[in-house]
Amino acid sequence: MARMKFLCDADRCIECNACVTACKNANEVPWGINRRRVVTINDGKPGERSVSMACMHCNDAPCAAVCPVDCFYTTADAVVLHNKDLCIGCGYCFYACPFGAPQYPKTTNFGARGKMDKCTYCSGGPEGVDGSTAEYAKYGANRIAEGKLPLCAEMCSTKSLLAGDGEIIASIYRERVSTRGYGSGSWGWQTAYQESIDV
Amino acid sequence: MFNFLRAFALVVLFTAPAFAQNADRPAVPLTGFNPDKAEVHANEVLVPGLIGTKAVEGHIVIPDIRSATLIQPDGRIWRDYRRGPLLWIAAAAVLGMGGLLLAFYVLRGKIMIEGGRGAAVIKRFGSFERFMHWLTAFSWCILALSGLNIAVGRVTLLPLLGNETFTALSVWLKYSHNFVAFPFMAGVLLMLVVWVRHNIPNRIDVTWFKMAGGLVGHQHPDSGKFNGGQKMVFWVVVLGGLGLSITGLGLLFPFTVTGILGMQLVQVIHGGIALGMIAAMLGHIYIGSVGMEGAIDAMKDGVVDLGWAKTHHNLWVAEELAKSPHAAE
Ligand code: HEM
Ligand code: SF4
Ligand code: SF4
Repeated sequence: MARMKFLCDADRCIECNACVTACKNANEVPWGINRRRVVTINDGKPGERSVSMACMHCNDAPCAAVCPVDCFYTTADAVVLHNKDLCIGCGYCFYACPFGAPQYPKTTNFGARGKMDKCTYCSGGPEGVDGSTAEYAKYGANRIAEGKLPLCAEMCSTKSLLAGDGEIIASIYRERVSTRGYGSGSWGWQTAYQESIDV
Repeated sequence: MFNFLRAFALVVLFTAPAFAQNADRPAVPLTGFNPDKAEVHANEVLVPGLIGTKAVEGHIVIPDIRSATLIQPDGRIWRDYRRGPLLWIAAAAVLGMGGLLLAFYVLRGKIMIEGGRGAAVIKRFGSFERFMHWLTAFSWCILALSGLNIAVGRVTLLPLLGNETFTALSVWLKYSHNFVAFPFMAGVLLMLVVWVRHNIPNRIDVTWFKMAGGLVGHQHPDSGKFNGGQKMVFWVVVLGGLGLSITGLGLLFPFTVTGILGMQLVQVIHGGIALGMIAAMLGHIYIGSVGMEGAIDAMKDGVVDLGWAKTHHNLWVAEELAKSPHAAE
């Protein structure tokens, strides 16, 4: 099986937030939950870059390691998923996550956060049949089961956001960088996968 | 402030060596990137800290300001702390202290009232003192058990109970931790107000500690209402309790006063104080129950055997008898 990854080519991202909107629409996530977001570095200054960020589906995922009830698991595609029936909403995964991916549906006071929600790489969750209504209601779309890639990357108008087999998207990025002569890096790859793409 | 917290985090978590090799990387300013120079890079050239532990902040268009942190690699240090050191500290606090107390019990046995119980008793704690003691004690036990469950339940109870049962239990323990915290805080404050005047350290305590409190051997040092050891317990409860209250409130209202790194630190400090306090309180519970005959009476009935009191709190008995000759009957 492939090792699925995300890669945001910050030199192409135009901060249009289409990925964010596509994600919200594909997964019908509740108001206030942002599975994906676009952060702009050096806003308004020379060297400004925007990066679309969501769960990176880390190697040795910090969220999974700190969860007190051990509700995470990794799929054959190396996608990090969790079981909402087990989550107790303690918020520890947010402290551990290097990318701010875990989101909670309720206000945070008195520990009443509700069940954690995060990017599933559009691959649903542990809810019996893939693509069932129950799975959709709890975890959102399962495009991977339909043989499709995450909608955020599919929707990206500049093809800045890449999703797919890590080897393939790395080679696409490497080719872009050597052709155009510059690249600001595979954002988060060091932290998530302990590797970067050398050209 | 941020730099200080970061440095402190690295020290506290002592996993720093793993990342230390990045310390001498040249600090490339975020604005130092110029595409026109046709630099061929695909590493995170804009942000050298990405490989180290520097968080990257940016601008965001959604209201949730926490999302403006693009990457905070420190999350991995926190993970490593929870997976390693935390488990050892917890084991030392609970199993280590338990083992020590057991060994002590085997060697020394229960400390009996010398000459047996007499007929006379003396009033030691009023009903309000006993109420606040047990309020604090019961809520502390619930907090300690539910806190331990969050910290180490995954490696202890979870394999025994299975995922569903463990989650069902943990939800309840989590809510009890969050709400029982308030009676505990009230109890600590009450004890501080009512007992602080008996707990100011003085010269008598120095002698008491020199003689190891009479625990070893059969000599009994002088002592007022509270002996040196009890004063120590008092200060552990008051200072530890206040420390836990402050950090605990920080965890209860996350991100109100601090950011992601601060939350990680507050959490580590809360757990650290809690585990230290658990070790200390195991000693207190031991000596108040199976460790010493007659000690529990003081908090159960409020009155103690006069002979016991004269052995362990001679100066206090003298004081009480001087106040009213009928204090003991
Ligand atoms: C005084 C008021 C206290 C408050 C407001 C408080 C609050 C909290 C909160 C919010 C958490 C995070 C986990 C969760 O949401 O369930 C926590 C964790 C914890 N608390 Fe408390 N707590 C208090 C007192 C105590 C006491 C007295 C103890 C034990 C003696 C204790 C031991 C722990 C432990 C061991 C953890 C887990 C730490 C870890 O996972 O590393 N707490 N506390
Ligand atoms: S990005 Fe965050 S939520 Fe996703 S696997 Fe890594 S630590 Fe877990
Ligand atoms: S919020 Fe849920 S998923 Fe996250 S660490 Fe806590 S129990 Fe685990």
